[in-house]
Amino acid sequence: MNPPVEEIPPPATVPELVLEAGRSDSHYWRDLWRYRELLGFLAWRDIKVRYKQTVLGVAWALVQPLITMVLFTFVFGKLAGMPSGGVPYPLVVLAGLLPWQLFSAAFSGSSGSLVSNANLVSKIYFPRLVVPLSALAVALVDFGIVVALYGVVSAWFGVWPTWRVALLPVFMFVALLIALGAGLWLTALTVRYRDFRFIVPFLLQVGVFVTPVGYRTDNLPNWRELLALNPLTGVVDAFRWCLLGDGVQFKLQLFGTSLLVALLLLATGLWYFRKTERTFADAI
Amino acid sequence: MSDTVITVENVSKRYHLGMVRHDTLRDRLTHAMRAPLNRLRGVVEPDPTEFWALRDINFEVKRGEVLGIIGRNGAGKSTLLKILSRITEPTTGRIRIRGRVASLLEVGTGFHPELSGRENIFLNGAILGMSRAEIRRKFDEIVAFAEVERFLDTPVKHYSSGMYVRLAFAVAAHLEPEILIVDEVLAVGDAAFQQKCLGRMQTVAHDGRTILFVSHNMDAMLHLCTHGILIEGGRIKSRGEPAAIVPVYLNTGMNHGTYEAQLDKGHGILRVTTELPTEARPDLVFVVMFRSEKRLNRPTLGVVVHSVAGAPLFGSNSLFHPWSGTTGPTAGGTAIVTFKEVPLWNGSYRASFWLSDDRRPVDALTDAVTFEVSSRHLPLGAPPPKEIGSVHVRGEWRIT
Repeated sequence: MNPPVEEIPPPATVPELVLEAGRSDSHYWRDLWRYRELLGFLAWRDIKVRYKQTVLGVAWALVQPLITMVLFTFVFGKLAGMPSGGVPYPLVVLAGLLPWQLFSAAFSGSSGSLVSNANLVSKIYFPRLVVPLSALAVALVDFGIVVALYGVVSAWFGVWPTWRVALLPVFMFVALLIALGAGLWLTALTVRYRDFRFIVPFLLQVGVFVTPVGYRTDNLPNWRELLALNPLTGVVDAFRWCLLGDGVQFKLQLFGTSLLVALLLLATGLWYFRKTERTFADAI
Repeated sequence: MSDTVITVENVSKRYHLGMVRHDTLRDRLTHAMRAPLNRLRGVVEPDPTEFWALRDINFEVKRGEVLGIIGRNGAGKSTLLKILSRITEPTTGRIRIRGRVASLLEVGTGFHPELSGRENIFLNGAILGMSRAEIRRKFDEIVAFAEVERFLDTPVKHYSSGMYVRLAFAVAAHLEPEILIVDEVLAVGDAAFQQKCLGRMQTVAHDGRTILFVSHNMDAMLHLCTHGILIEGGRIKSRGEPAAIVPVYLNTGMNHGTYEAQLDKGHGILRVTTELPTEARPDLVFVVMFRSEKRLNRPTLGVVVHSVAGAPLFGSNSLFHPWSGTTGPTAGGTAIVTFKEVPLWNGSYRASFWLSDDRRPVDALTDAVTFEVSSRHLPLGAPPPKEIGSVHVRGEWRIT
């Protein structure tokens, strides 16, 4: 809770705020914490507004993964004849779609977040990180809906979760970190160069195939190292390990590589975002 | 109570004009290719896109002062407020601030049309820096101030513009920072609501809070402010008591009867030059530069002049006052509209513009420019424009 304004001590004891070129740093992380309510409100606004004036409403969050599941099962399972490793193929796909949907919603949300909140950025001060972070929160809500869908489909096929499912939040968190890292890069770049707006849908289009969403990595041992450079590969694999039972091995090396790439992406993303942050209001 | 809460030292702000609108990657690449070539040839290209919005600004504000900042459009007032509210940082110089700052550069920042009045109060409050508990505590007060009780659960897109503005201001008016930074928001709503806003500002000021206040409303300036700063061309031209500053400002208006407003919001209407009426030539002229991505078969421009209170006074468009000369299909151009012997008293006015292709709207800019008429003094004994109205129509009196 923020202290009520009335109780703020008289100015003599309020720390002095110094504004000068290249110096907005000192209170940044504390400010970010102070503005956590704004983060919540922005996420709440986006969720609230999303399904206004739609007939199907929240059902839209289900339609997309369901259709993708059917399509990928047909293309990869039936046409390409990829082995499913003893698990119903629709479940293989859906377990891969879970992290992919989380990532793609969080990534596309955060990468467009600054420009779509341009009116706020140019009129109000707040730590700009609030905006892409709130986009992650929005993605989490949709994720919750898809998880429920997975639960239903999984029960339908008679596959029950084991203790491993308890580790799912960890991998979910990693998926969000990847989305944030990539999102920070793109949202900061889009403020300056609107060109990057066109890159996001393209990346997602390619990404769904480069990431093993529709197939399992067990079947492509030669490609695995290359695929691991895409940090989502490790996450998708880990999701399947959590959800699909004993038929799936946890590939530590693969996940480690992915985690490393993810952290690198996040660190550089944060660096670039913070570096360009103070010119956002001028450039947006 | 005389401790300094804001110290501004040698603050300057430089913009690159290319930065004002987003440059594309291609621009950057061509520039990067050309720069080393020019260096080889020994050509030093002066940077034509560089522009100093503020130059060596120095001032102090003590606790409890109400500082009015005046100046023409483009003088740098808004840039100064943006720096003080931490939206952008100064290029050089330093500012020290003691106390919690709330800034209000626009009414209703972050309002979402799809959300209800109630939801927007919370959202807007959070955006302005209030905590949820604080908003909840002041909720009823805000609603009562805005006079929107009955429509609390209606999406604000169905609000009339008056209601919208009242609600937005009400949220802002209940901020309780130690330092309040306000840009031109008083000139909203009808006259009664404006009066209410001014009253609210006065209470805030009497509470010993510090206010920085930018306005074109000289009346508010004189009544509210304890100190004033006049900015011209990015520099402080004059400072002191409002009663001393305001005449200086109005006089500069008489010397340079023309000023330009570059409209970075417009996508069709780009620039408006206003030529103010003077004693010698009592015409009001707007020169409007416009452009359109699609060719305009029948370019049509319109203008409405409002009082600062928002009441429309007069207007014209090229449909009912047709163009002279050919206007054929065009992608852009410069339009000039002259209002002959415009009968306005001294005071502030706003003008809104729109551009359309025949009747298909292309761009509309509400309150694109604010201007000051300063050449027409009321005759001795005349009531002020606030009472008699801002339009001067001569009455011929006789007794039979």
